[in-house]
Amino acid sequence: MLRDEDRIFTNLYGFQSFGLDAAKKRGDWDNTKALIEKGKEWIIEQVKESGLRGRGGAGFSTGMKWSFMPKNVTDKPVYLVINADEGEPGTCKDRDILRHDPHKLIEGCLIAGFAIGASACYIYIRGEFYNEGSNVQRAIDEAYAAGLIGKNACGTGYDYDIYIHRGAGAYICGEETALIESIEGKKGQPRNKPPFPAQAGLYSCPTTVNNVESIAVVPTILRRGAAWFAGLGRPKNTGTKLFCISGHVNKPCNVEEEMGIPLKELIEKHAGGVRGGWDNLLAIIPGGSSVPLLPKSICDTVLMDFDSLREVRSGLGTAAVIVMDKSTDVVKAIARLSQFYAHESCGQCTPCREGTGWMNRIMQRMVTGNARVEEIDMLLDVTKQIEGHTICALGDAAAWPIQGLFRHFRPEVERRIHEYRNAAKSLAAE
Amino acid sequence: MPKLTIDGIEIEVEPGTSILQACEQLGIEIPRFCYHERLSVPANCRMCLVEMERAPKPVAACAMPCGDGMVVKTNTDLVHKARKGVMEFLLINHPLDCPICDQGGECDLQDQAMAYGFDRGRFGENKRAVKDKYMGPLIRTEMTRCIHCTRCIRFINEIAGVPDLGAVNRGEHMEITTFVEKAIGSEMSGNLADVCPVGALLSKPYAFTARPWELRKTETIDVLDAVGSSIRVDTRGPEVMRVLPRVNEDINEEWISDKTRFAYDGLKRQRLDRPYVRKDGKLQPATWAEAFQAIAAKVKGVAGNRVAAIAGDLVDVESMLALKDLMAGLGSANIDCRQDGAVFDTSSRAGYLFNSGIAGIERADVILLVGTNPRWEGTLVNARIRKRYLMGGLKVAVIGDARDLTYPYTHLGTGPDALQQLADGSHAFAEALKGAKNPMIILGAGAFRRKDGVAVQAAVRALAETFNVVREDWNGFNVLHSAASRVGGLDIGFLPGQGGLDTAGILAGAADGSVDVVYLLGADEIDAAKLGKTFVIYQGHHGDKGAHRADVILPGAAYTEKNATYVNTEGRPQLARLAAFPPGEAREDWKILRALSELLGTKLPYDSLPQLRQRMVEVNPVFGKVGSVVPAPWGSFGSAGALDAAPFVSPVANYYMTDPISRASVTMARCTETFVKSAESAQERTGTHG
Repeated sequence: MLRDEDRIFTNLYGFQSFGLDAAKKRGDWDNTKALIEKGKEWIIEQVKESGLRGRGGAGFSTGMKWSFMPKNVTDKPVYLVINADEGEPGTCKDRDILRHDPHKLIEGCLIAGFAIGASACYIYIRGEFYNEGSNVQRAIDEAYAAGLIGKNACGTGYDYDIYIHRGAGAYICGEETALIESIEGKKGQPRNKPPFPAQAGLYSCPTTVNNVESIAVVPTILRRGAAWFAGLGRPKNTGTKLFCISGHVNKPCNVEEEMGIPLKELIEKHAGGVRGGWDNLLAIIPGGSSVPLLPKSICDTVLMDFDSLREVRSGLGTAAVIVMDKSTDVVKAIARLSQFYAHESCGQCTPCREGTGWMNRIMQRMVTGNARVEEIDMLLDVTKQIEGHTICALGDAAAWPIQGLFRHFRPEVERRIHEYRNAAKSLAAE
Repeated sequence: MPKLTIDGIEIEVEPGTSILQACEQLGIEIPRFCYHERLSVPANCRMCLVEMERAPKPVAACAMPCGDGMVVKTNTDLVHKARKGVMEFLLINHPLDCPICDQGGECDLQDQAMAYGFDRGRFGENKRAVKDKYMGPLIRTEMTRCIHCTRCIRFINEIAGVPDLGAVNRGEHMEITTFVEKAIGSEMSGNLADVCPVGALLSKPYAFTARPWELRKTETIDVLDAVGSSIRVDTRGPEVMRVLPRVNEDINEEWISDKTRFAYDGLKRQRLDRPYVRKDGKLQPATWAEAFQAIAAKVKGVAGNRVAAIAGDLVDVESMLALKDLMAGLGSANIDCRQDGAVFDTSSRAGYLFNSGIAGIERADVILLVGTNPRWEGTLVNARIRKRYLMGGLKVAVIGDARDLTYPYTHLGTGPDALQQLADGSHAFAEALKGAKNPMIILGAGAFRRKDGVAVQAAVRALAETFNVVREDWNGFNVLHSAASRVGGLDIGFLPGQGGLDTAGILAGAADGSVDVVYLLGADEIDAAKLGKTFVIYQGHHGDKGAHRADVILPGAAYTEKNATYVNTEGRPQLARLAAFPPGEAREDWKILRALSELLGTKLPYDSLPQLRQRMVEVNPVFGKVGSVVPAPWGSFGSAGALDAAPFVSPVANYYMTDPISRASVTMARCTETFVKSAESAQERTGTHG
């Protein structure tokens, strides 16, 4: 279990002010100049050594991502874009950073921006986060007034601006290239890759898009050393992570924990346990709506990190733990997610546009059992036809929960289908 | 130069080539819907997925640039499964109404479904239905059929330069629409029906009239403007059913303008299908013999210099030459092919040609437009300028009307005084012209339609010489004509001879009685009221202004009804081919003149088209090189003089009605109503405009 002195987000619950003075007391903006003066290479190297993996869901090495940025660009501006379009169902970690600890993010923006040679940073906040956006804006204003960002940021001679861009509430705008399109004022539709944003991103300039949490932890990593961060968690899955525990637990919460904590321990220690006891557990979605669910048998032992969850054919995603006890209609729960993805598909590429709607319709029928048993295999075939054939990962995200459902709960769906058919038969006989 | 392996074949390609293009070079066919070689690449249909080694998932061949050492497979189970999956997704919400779809038989989706479709559907839900959109009088929509490839959006935004189309809503509710219930305000909107791979955007006038396999296809050229686009005329029996573009990289690439595409219904209306002779003040139907006799009776005994001829805008070179020879035989030098009354120096061919060629626009870096609205006078010339603009680094300036040309420009002024400012360097744009690598000046035909036309021509020539527009390897002095017959007429010298009268002179002579007979060869855009009491012979295909005034009407053939030569504004002789026969008793025009000449006692020395064409080559050797441009040597033309301060006026006041064919067309009348008078018909709207 994470010791209190290893916590990065010390104001996660908003017990203190989010303002600059309080943030400074918590250790933010403490001699940021010295960190910057150690140079770009040092920063990137430290982040690489810390083993920090992107907290937005895909888990790609943040230091590696920064090192892909072209060096010594002079003819174009370079941008850092912060993805604060937190829309993954079940996830609410970035929200607490934005509203309670925005200075961690802003300091991170400055350091990360310096490391990749950016001249400006855009923070893309989803439109529903109105108050959170306002808090961040106030924090930015404070930082400007204190000379921490803007011209000659922190007295380093480095000029750096931070802007907020509010989204309009589309889930797809959390995809990095759709987010870039959205900032440019276009319809939020993911771009085809290559070119990757590091070559041609925002306004066709080199761009890095990072999650809020990935950036907010960077100043602390640099202060306390890469080795400290790397020492937490398990190899290749290092550091601390914000977990969002929701659903059928006694105390739903956001909590910072060490990577690789056992799922059961996480829920028992921080969320007051599953409603009605651990044995009342049916399934858990461990990483936000996009990842396949896990039945209780796996939840008993699985560790919460990228690689452990991949081994059980799920994923850490955004670490949004959605707990479902035995009162849950698991088919209906997954059908609701299918409906969500059908609603949020951008409509650009064929498999996702047509497939999410099709899957949703079948899933809705499966809830009541109004289907044929053969349709289960057809549905799984449809998910396979979508998976990996789309421009962005939304198609995959729509397919995985359904695949997870049938991997672990196929008998339940078949039972419903038989029940429905028998009921129909007896109705016809009357 | 990256080297890669596709299906076991090694290939080296230019950097930047996509896998799909590399496959095309190897002759490997990759199915596609959204990819179009002249549009940007969104890679959204996912039909072109191929397998690539070391890639975790199949990649879109259209968007993946070739890299060194790539190993691509296009014919594996994985690829087939992916494509079949995409095809199934495309078809689940497609209405499959091919039997009643106009695209049936020439539909990309239909064709590719043969290769990648299942023989039965697995989709048991209700299909999506989408409300049809109003897009103006030319484009019919059937939006349920749309597969969201977004080619139309990209075409209208990129090629046409009119941001009128877009997609609204998300996911399966995504719809292509104009915003809101607006007609597409582009002169190239008809191409949408071609770029649409399915039957969602269709030609409105062609709707439900024919199936593609019933049509006879004739490859010919368009004459409704001076660009001379390559077209294919589809006919069923004697009727032209539709006009489609042909690829011609030098002229129209693969687009045509709306007038070219949709004015064909004018070929079926107001036609002159038999000779007429005016008796007792009224035009009465007559036989050819009666008509010829009436002419002979009038013309014989009239002195040569009291006879005159004017050629119109749609006339082919063959008939102009025949008429010229006939007039020479009658002893008349009063001939002119410039029915609009334009005056300019025709002594040097370079003085009236689009010398750089239309494709040459892509080499220019600074373009000065003088007295022209290329969007209406030569739509595809304008499209080429826009293409050049999109390539980046182009500066454009306009002297004349400031209109929306689909690309930004500096407006220097409306009249010749702006020319003067450029010449003396007092305008800042002179610097841009001076610094240009390949400067270009496009001079509209409207600039010649003034009393000081020759002076304007000379002033622009002087400008061209000042700014190095003409060099050994580059001639950026361009005249953009608006009439298809003009350059041909100038090339064979259908111009006043020694002491002859030009158009203005002929009309003045007709008014004051010094001209007795006027032969109008398809000339309709003249002031018929000035013809006074002269005996007017009208030879042409439409009952338009000229025919109304005529004393004898000789029915001729329209451009789709004869084998004839036209020269476009670049000076490129091109052949129009017979797609349908002229209606009724109408005949090919040169044959009418040949027959008439015999009766008038000045028999023309050619009995067949080859002989006549031989004569054309004798008159001007450029006609020996059909299809290609003979560069014109730079000469001294125009004569400096006082310039009138009046602003330049474009000769095209209404793009949709410029000639007898488009004036007779119902479709063009609807377009005029919608776009020129901007009175969109409330009836046609679907009611979704709020």
